[in-house]
Amino acid sequence: MMSMRACASVLLVCLTLVSAPLRAQNPPALRWGGDAEGGAPYVEADAADPTRVVGFDVEIAQLVASGLGRIARFVQVGFTSIDAAASRGDFDVGLSGIEDTPARRARLAVTVPYYEFREVLTVRSSDKDRYRSLADLRGHRVATLGATLAYDLLVDAERRDGIVPVTYEDDVHPYSDLVLGRVDAVVLDAILAQRGVRRNSGLTNQPAALGVGHYVGILSAEQSGLRDRMNAILRDAMRDGRLERILRRWDVWNDDQPRLYARVLADNSPYPVSPSSLVSSTTAPDAATMTPEAMRTLSPPDTWEAARRYLPALLRAAVITIVLSCLSMGLAVITGALIASGRVYGTGPLRVVLTGYVEVVRGTPLLLQLFVLYFGLAAVVQLPAFLAALLGLGLNYAAYESEIYRGALEAVPSGQLDAARTLGFSEPQTFFLVRAPQAFRLALAPMTNDFVALLKDSSLVSVITVVELTKETSIFAANIGSWVIPGMMCAAIYLAMSLPLARLARRIERGWRHG
Amino acid sequence: MATRMSVLDVRAMEVRRGARVIVADATFAAAPGEIVALMGASGAGKTTILRAIAGLEPIESGTVTIPRPVGMVFQFHHLFANMSAHRNVWLAPVHVLKQPRAEAEQRAHELLASLGVGDRALAMPHELSGGEAQRVAIARALAIDPHILLMDEPTASLDAARRADLAATLRQLATQGRTIIIATHDAEFARACAHRELNVEGGRVHVVS
Repeated sequence: MMSMRACASVLLVCLTLVSAPLRAQNPPALRWGGDAEGGAPYVEADAADPTRVVGFDVEIAQLVASGLGRIARFVQVGFTSIDAAASRGDFDVGLSGIEDTPARRARLAVTVPYYEFREVLTVRSSDKDRYRSLADLRGHRVATLGATLAYDLLVDAERRDGIVPVTYEDDVHPYSDLVLGRVDAVVLDAILAQRGVRRNSGLTNQPAALGVGHYVGILSAEQSGLRDRMNAILRDAMRDGRLERILRRWDVWNDDQPRLYARVLADNSPYPVSPSSLVSSTTAPDAATMTPEAMRTLSPPDTWEAARRYLPALLRAAVITIVLSCLSMGLAVITGALIASGRVYGTGPLRVVLTGYVEVVRGTPLLLQLFVLYFGLAAVVQLPAFLAALLGLGLNYAAYESEIYRGALEAVPSGQLDAARTLGFSEPQTFFLVRAPQAFRLALAPMTNDFVALLKDSSLVSVITVVELTKETSIFAANIGSWVIPGMMCAAIYLAMSLPLARLARRIERGWRHG
Repeated sequence: MATRMSVLDVRAMEVRRGARVIVADATFAAAPGEIVALMGASGAGKTTILRAIAGLEPIESGTVTIPRPVGMVFQFHHLFANMSAHRNVWLAPVHVLKQPRAEAEQRAHELLASLGVGDRALAMPHELSGGEAQRVAIARALAIDPHILLMDEPTASLDAARRADLAATLRQLATQGRTIIIATHDAEFARACAHRELNVEGGRVHVVS
């Protein structure tokens, strides 16, 4: 009885503590989502106080929040999952340089645009006269950020002009790789392009716009009421110059904005301007000449039709995944076997070095290792992306394989080795004829396990521009604005690759048991 | 104790494991065709003496004079688990003695047949009974033509009838001139086949008969 009363009073205290701030803070804060990794001028951690964020999206969020009589509270969201987070209701509104696309309009409540940007072609200054448009880049690698208007533009140009699109997960490395010569051009928003040119010497932005897009705020589809109130606040801010002051403060104001605001203010509907347009490289952005591909992006794509269209791309990406996984596993098995042999048979210093390798590789994230291999070493040796992915995965898994083999070698009964010694076998003969075959048998089940894990870990290499199955799926998902169908297709393909493998391993094991 | 005729000559052999003395001052010899039984309770040091003679244990002091190769049959056989009975037998002749493969395989068949396990040639070690595994292990040891056969507790996994069979087999091998050293605590078996019994106690070897 005593304890029940004690519990009840504790519960009461808790309830009071929880409800107190709720009562005090009325109305609740406006939670707004963004990705601080996107950096300036959108959203970035304040250099003076990294717990705070600064940027024009931050100030627009504050502007909207104060219009609603609420306080803005930042929620960090990875840029690629910002749509999913918005529809889940992880935040009230997403503001992070988010592009207006038909897919977003179809699945989310989207605010009026608050900024108009041009897609810009960036090249090395020495190529300034050679590569003026995408048509000049046939057969060359052109970088961009995945799942953006610029990416759609490059996919279009791949078919039309024969360029090779290369997708990055961030907007910094396309420009550094352009300097290094890994790619020959970058297509991104003018804001990012100007930042890229500022940070890297020897780059030039071509003057012609390749397309025009808009930044918007996104809310879950049920929040159209809140969206309409936000639209009114944004329109007010366009009228009275508060939006202009914010954009000027971040040095992104230009003549395109007053024209955009005039169109937004002239039409009071939720969607006063079309989501985006691709512009042929020679014409001015206002004279939007639509290619058939551009027309496609204007209507929300039908999911099943899109699934049918994306299936070949997914299967191609699956081939990348399986080839990369098989080669990496091969490298991991050979390197792992050498490391294990060195640790079992080697001398003291060799063992120390190999143990150090295993501990360092196992103790640090694979993602970090891939970054170091591809970007970190770029100043010394420029590995092609696929080779860097292969080395990263292979050398990482080698550490795990070596532990499996070492355990398996040590698990072979010492009596087997005694018998081999009395029969006169040399150490290498004992190893290859007796110890290794028995160890391999013990190692097979954990090896199969590791291969399946590697198959899935290979998705991490998308950070170094290799488009494999998961990356292709996320591009697909971004295009149609939903993960349901792409996710199921992706899972089905992964299973189709991993299940036969498990069966094969079981068959090998059964074969051994019978002789 | 060494006779003029001895093939095996162990003198003042000492084996330690760490600070512990396992075998202290073991001295004995064996003649060609002689079967010698090392008798004693478990833990007396019999197995360690055999392992030291076979070169599997480092000797602290003393000498062992023995012609190589040495055939060793372990108590738990230690047949190579990853291959058939037949391959267990021909592997060393081919890889160590560099005999032609076909010849070694033929010889392995003959050895297995002569030990009564010719029909088990293709079986994997885990498919063999204790007695079968032991005969395959004997065949494997004999395949490298050793002058001396060392056997550790050979009757441990055998019933009475099999024990009698084994005694006869060993006698047969001895008449071909092979020296056989048996470590056993089975007094009855030792009487049935050994020419001479030595008692091992606390790592020391004493003459019994």
